[in-house]
Amino acid sequence: MGKKILLEHINKPGIKSYEIYRQNGGYNSVEKALKELKPADIVEEVKKSGLRGRGGAGFPAGMKWSFIDKKSGNPRYLVCNADESEPGTFKDRYLMEFIPHLLIEGMITSCIALESNLGFIYIRGEYKWIKKILEQAIAEARAAGWLGHNILGTGYSLDLIVHPGAGAYICGEETALLESLEGKRGNPRMKPPFPAVKGLYGNPTVVNNVETIASVPWIINNGGDAYSKIGIGRSTGTKLISACGNINKPGVYEIELGLPVDEFLNSEEYCGGIKDGKMLKAVVAGGSSVPILPAELFYKTKKGEPRLMSYESLSDGGFESGTMLGSGGFIVYDEDQCIVRNTWNFSRFYHHESCGQCSPCREGTGWMEKVLHNLENGHGKMSDIDLLWDIQKKIDGNTICPLGDAAAWPVASAIRHFREEFEWHVEHAQEAQKRNYGLLKSTKEYFSALVV
Amino acid sequence: MLAVKTNKPIILTEEIQNKIREVIEQYPEGKSKSALLPVLHIVQDENAGWLSVEAMDKVAELMKLRPIEVYEVATFYSMYNLKPVGRFLLEVCHTGPCAIRKGEWLIDYLKKKLRINVGETTADGLFTLKTVECLGACGYAPMMQVGEYYYEFLETPEKVDKLLDDFRMKGFNKN
Amino acid sequence: MKVTIDNIEIDVEPSTTIMNAARKVGGDIVPPAMCYYTSLKGSGGKCRACLVKVAQGSTADPRPMPKLVASCCTNVQEGMVVQNITSPEVMETRKGIVEFLLINHPLDCPVCDQAGECDLQNFAFDHGRQQTRYDFERRTFDVINIGEDIKLHMTRCILCYRCTMVADQLTDGREHGILWRGDKSEISTYIQKAVENDFSGNMIDVCPVGALTDKHFRFRNRVWFLNPMDAHRDCKKCSGKVVLWMRGEEIFRVTGRKDQYNELKEFICNDCRFENYDSKNWIVDGPRDIANESVINANHYEEGTKALPKELYSKLNNEKWENV
Repeated sequence: MGKKILLEHINKPGIKSYEIYRQNGGYNSVEKALKELKPADIVEEVKKSGLRGRGGAGFPAGMKWSFIDKKSGNPRYLVCNADESEPGTFKDRYLMEFIPHLLIEGMITSCIALESNLGFIYIRGEYKWIKKILEQAIAEARAAGWLGHNILGTGYSLDLIVHPGAGAYICGEETALLESLEGKRGNPRMKPPFPAVKGLYGNPTVVNNVETIASVPWIINNGGDAYSKIGIGRSTGTKLISACGNINKPGVYEIELGLPVDEFLNSEEYCGGIKDGKMLKAVVAGGSSVPILPAELFYKTKKGEPRLMSYESLSDGGFESGTMLGSGGFIVYDEDQCIVRNTWNFSRFYHHESCGQCSPCREGTGWMEKVLHNLENGHGKMSDIDLLWDIQKKIDGNTICPLGDAAAWPVASAIRHFREEFEWHVEHAQEAQKRNYGLLKSTKEYFSALVV
Repeated sequence: MLAVKTNKPIILTEEIQNKIREVIEQYPEGKSKSALLPVLHIVQDENAGWLSVEAMDKVAELMKLRPIEVYEVATFYSMYNLKPVGRFLLEVCHTGPCAIRKGEWLIDYLKKKLRINVGETTADGLFTLKTVECLGACGYAPMMQVGEYYYEFLETPEKVDKLLDDFRMKGFNKN
Repeated sequence: MKVTIDNIEIDVEPSTTIMNAARKVGGDIVPPAMCYYTSLKGSGGKCRACLVKVAQGSTADPRPMPKLVASCCTNVQEGMVVQNITSPEVMETRKGIVEFLLINHPLDCPVCDQAGECDLQNFAFDHGRQQTRYDFERRTFDVINIGEDIKLHMTRCILCYRCTMVADQLTDGREHGILWRGDKSEISTYIQKAVENDFSGNMIDVCPVGALTDKHFRFRNRVWFLNPMDAHRDCKKCSGKVVLWMRGEEIFRVTGRKDQYNELKEFICNDCRFENYDSKNWIVDGPRDIANESVINANHYEEGTKALPKELYSKLNNEKWENV
């Protein structure tokens, strides 16, 4: 069993409630942060821990905190990014649904560090029942004196607001999230200025992922040094991985960073291997945006080293032969899955979610979807593959926010590693039309269920 | 395309108006526009699951915004329905991780079973079928959202049939 | 601050953008701007036409910037080295931007009132490719009237957001906005509603393409057959300084005065723009300076102005005019 930090108490009955959570050491970090530490000490501990942003970019959290402008005297805000919408990612939901007080505790401790008196949890609108769970947890914490005026008699006051989104992947981008929080369309802002200087309502703001904030209590209780000893190299600590696709045991797992991918995918403790005894075809290791890797490059890096679940190991080889840890959305494809159809599906997703503000993303995502749709449905030309490559290149890096890049990478990596499959679709148009996910459309099971 | 007014005025109960006021008051002074998304959710729930022009105008009036500011926001987010929907809005995920675990089958099955296409409502006004992008339930595919909750692991006809029957019962009981 | 753009060194004030630094130099090194508009707060950054390469961030931190940056909203740093037309990467990207802007554009220049003074037409002429690689149906929208004076062809729009900024920053309230999202975004009023206020006509002038056109001028003439004349009148609402687009004595349309980057110096009111088509209401200052390469110049409009009626001619008080 690997080290558990976030999910240590997840199986204790009633951990969702305040009493049981408190009995298991909950809210100790708030007490320590208010009574024993100065805000700067908390930032220092988080810096020492090496904790990196768990939303996808992997930026060191302590460093992000230290950028926040405390000199101007303007109000500062902490905003928790709970707009989990990256296909393949469902880890924050698990954390908030089953151990909500961990996020609330993390929010309070982090707000103390940032000397902020108001925090927001921006949760995706579809998680309606989780919003209620969080509001319940906030009410319990307030009743127990961890929120509100003059907390623990220290003179420190803090309020938390749970703010629902309304269905927009783009609001996971931090400046789009802030726009949305201000009651506007979720159009990302030009940067600079960064939120740490000019964020919500024009005031200094830190935006952190749910999992990042939930890691703070442990760091404060046990020290940044202790946290930095967990994991491997610059990938310190543990990470939640949401595993899905053609595996035996889909679900959310906490792993110590540095776990070999082979063990994660095939051991009984985690994914339990490929479903129905099939072969592994490909893996998207960190949410739909990161490059897809074929089985051989997934298990071993180009240099022949076994790949590990860490920021560095997964990105070994750059985009030529590597990928990214991203948000931890781990999607597994068995031998029967169609990469062209999957790429088309992801393109449709980014087309649907593009905010439409800047031209490469607005026009390019739709164009890619249409070309891929043709290829998938047997109407493609050989030249379409090169055209796709050119379109994604013209989008990548040229947009206001990373959604453009995120739309380009899956297309680029699919062509890079599975070009023959695209060519097969052009050369075998009729068979391509029949083909579907897991070849379901050609099986009896599929059709018999449709006779009503 | 321009929207057509229904000319049905929106009446919000005292209770709902108080709820809206409470939501607005959460936010810092002078930042009441922040409440626009949650307020639209409340009004949509009150207005049979969709936002008519009148409903949005009402929100603009309550929040002291210009109507266009509300239209701009309501059309941006996919959870706001700008056309009437059935009693039960079946929002089925069709993004990659669901699709490789029978997500597309679930949509096809619902289409046949309900005899409607995606985007349509059944003649009895009970069900509207809608496809949505990733809802964050990838490990529990195939799935759909109906109202407040997620319904997951809908991989067999039996499970889907049972669910639809439950909804029909609920709809029947309430009418 | 000293910056170098395409090997030309200039000295500019701190917090100048790369775009404005380049405009100080002028000529070919000025990046094209489809959405940036100096006098509209918050404009820019969206069209990506002005992307440039920063080969050296500053003297203090000489590392190049990892991605191309939007020159209209990136400030210069001491010692920054920028490549615009000297960077093959920038030129290639710009080609891509033209292509993106055109894939859903109807290319109806032959019947578009903006032809001849269209930023997109010029941009495509300078950077576009000969033929399209997009063989799908183009996005279409209904043409809608937004008020008595303005027609909206959403099919031509490139979503620069300038017109919404005019409405926000110049008028007492916005009636139209950006609806929906992604490539379904559209400028609209959502409900049948007129945009009526004293400065709404400026939306036509800031529109870089033929999406917003003057209803009084629609299909009446091509801009290159008209003689643009600087003129003014006493106006209580605005400066009254305009350009009259004339043929003989007849005024076909009235616009604000645009500079070499097609930006208005001053916004004018709707009275001046839509209510004064009688040349007697104006004092003509002289022919408008039009860039040599403009198609409007191809018609040698100075010749035409000589045929002006006598009473107008006598009102001319500009030295420039006397030299003609």
